[in-house]
Amino acid sequence: MTIARDTWIVFSRAMRLSLRQPVWVVFGLLQPILYLALFGPLLETIADTRAFGEDVDAWQIFVPGLLVQLGLFGASFVGFGLIAEWRAGVIERMRVTPASRASLLLGRVLRDVIVLLVQGTMLVLVALLFGLRAPWWAMVAGVATVALLGACFASLSYGVALTLKSEDSFAPLLNGVALPLLLLSGILLPMSLAPQWLETLSNLNPLKHVVDGVRAMFRGDLTDPVALWGVGITVALVAFGLAIGTRVFRRESA
Amino acid sequence: MSTPIIDARGLRKTYSVRGRGKDAPRTVEAVKGVDITVAAGEIVGFLGPNGAGKTTTLRMLTTLLDPSGGTATVNGHDLAKDPVGVRRSIGYVAQMGTTDPSAVAGEELVDQARLYGIDRGVAAERGKALLSGLDLDGIWERKCGTLSGGQRRRLDIAMGLIHEPTIVFLDEPSTGLDPQSRANLWEHIRRVRDDFDTTVFITTHYMDEADALSDRLLVIDHGEIVGAGTSDELKRSVGGDQVLLTASSADAAAALAAAATEVLGDVPHEIDGDVVRLTVPDGASALPTLLREMGSGHDVAGVEVRRPTLDDVFLTMTGRSLRDEEA
Repeated sequence: MTIARDTWIVFSRAMRLSLRQPVWVVFGLLQPILYLALFGPLLETIADTRAFGEDVDAWQIFVPGLLVQLGLFGASFVGFGLIAEWRAGVIERMRVTPASRASLLLGRVLRDVIVLLVQGTMLVLVALLFGLRAPWWAMVAGVATVALLGACFASLSYGVALTLKSEDSFAPLLNGVALPLLLLSGILLPMSLAPQWLETLSNLNPLKHVVDGVRAMFRGDLTDPVALWGVGITVALVAFGLAIGTRVFRRESA
Repeated sequence: MSTPIIDARGLRKTYSVRGRGKDAPRTVEAVKGVDITVAAGEIVGFLGPNGAGKTTTLRMLTTLLDPSGGTATVNGHDLAKDPVGVRRSIGYVAQMGTTDPSAVAGEELVDQARLYGIDRGVAAERGKALLSGLDLDGIWERKCGTLSGGQRRRLDIAMGLIHEPTIVFLDEPSTGLDPQSRANLWEHIRRVRDDFDTTVFITTHYMDEADALSDRLLVIDHGEIVGAGTSDELKRSVGGDQVLLTASSADAAAALAAAATEVLGDVPHEIDGDVVRLTVPDGASALPTLLREMGSGHDVAGVEVRRPTLDDVFLTMTGRSLRDEEA
């Protein structure tokens, strides 16, 4: 199938360029690890006040949040790289080849997903050292969630970047969207601590349900409707992100 | 002319522009229905000032923009019905470049070829031969960002030729290059056509480039083709050469003009300060007659025969100079 083949060519080129700049992969990983080391211990103390509910370990609350944050922030910024590529003429050059235009997006998204898989795995391994206890399948599901959210947000990021074609308009938009999404998802503290209006607002945020879902799994509760709901929303987000991204890449003059 | 390799009829592109402030929303006709015919193996120069519609036309012919109207076939493939067929036939070197500065030149060439379904080994072999032909030996392992402007531009051309296209579109290939690199680039472009019989369609707003490189020229202004022909044909259409006589003073110029028109007949002329400018069909043969017949009674401080440049052609066709647009 030609789209798979084209995607592979675009992926291997993008991956090769990323591996040549491993410093970015390390920086991307550094942020969640700083959260683990510098913020995690605070949560351990708060957890003793039972704000999180009965018998809940602070790391089981915190690590799923960090994983979702990694998926969101690790992927949202990839658009900057695309604008640079566009400015160098790389996108235009590839769009004149017979390669499927969707593959020009999918190859890049695949590269981002692989990078996030590595970062997510590292994050979970470091969290284990800090004292995280959770079922192994939940940790696998957590890393998979990072990768899936990454596919969604990388695709959206590329789509928006290719529409705006300017770092100066992309950066404020990114901050304006990603930060509220992050704060309203209860990544750092559970939204059950929030006043009513804030909780209502956060219920409209799909990421909140993804975080709750991963937390339910980390507690060992696979059959909890919250966990299933989280998985469903994650899959829907991926479909939505890829649909928007491919639409932009297929559009003329993109 | 046999079957044209590019055949565009009434190609048109309109954009809608959002209103801003007191401006109402409106539609802008960037390209107003152009006809373009290019024969296989030609080097055609597409000449016009910035904003004339050159790049928009090029982007339509290379499937990057959907035309608002009109039809075109490129290498026999219909632009609207078979864009992939068109893409297989063409190479396109955009004004903005083709390569990532952090990527390695050889890898960019191989990856580009693979997007056309060319085997990695064949691509590497072909890429190295292309680089060598473009005097780029030894850059295979280098990062594109470390190349000089001229090298990077020649690498762009190699990227556009790696799949051996039937037609290559070059958008402003020499912009930003120093004179030596430009001359060198022109030589390479000519060789591509001579060696591979590739049709070359090149946009430029430089007169010297169009003049030096093209077999045939299309002049576009405000989205319309305003002239077509070989460089010589276009120059001839301007009406001939100019003979410039410089009088000893501005006062003597009128008498000099009267004497000259008496000899040459009633040719178009104008006086500009102490210079008399006469337009004649053939300046080189008119000048000796003129000097002999006018006799020694007139004090001529200087003579010059000026052949029309493409700049003059452009001025005649559009009423403004190409250079005005560069400011």
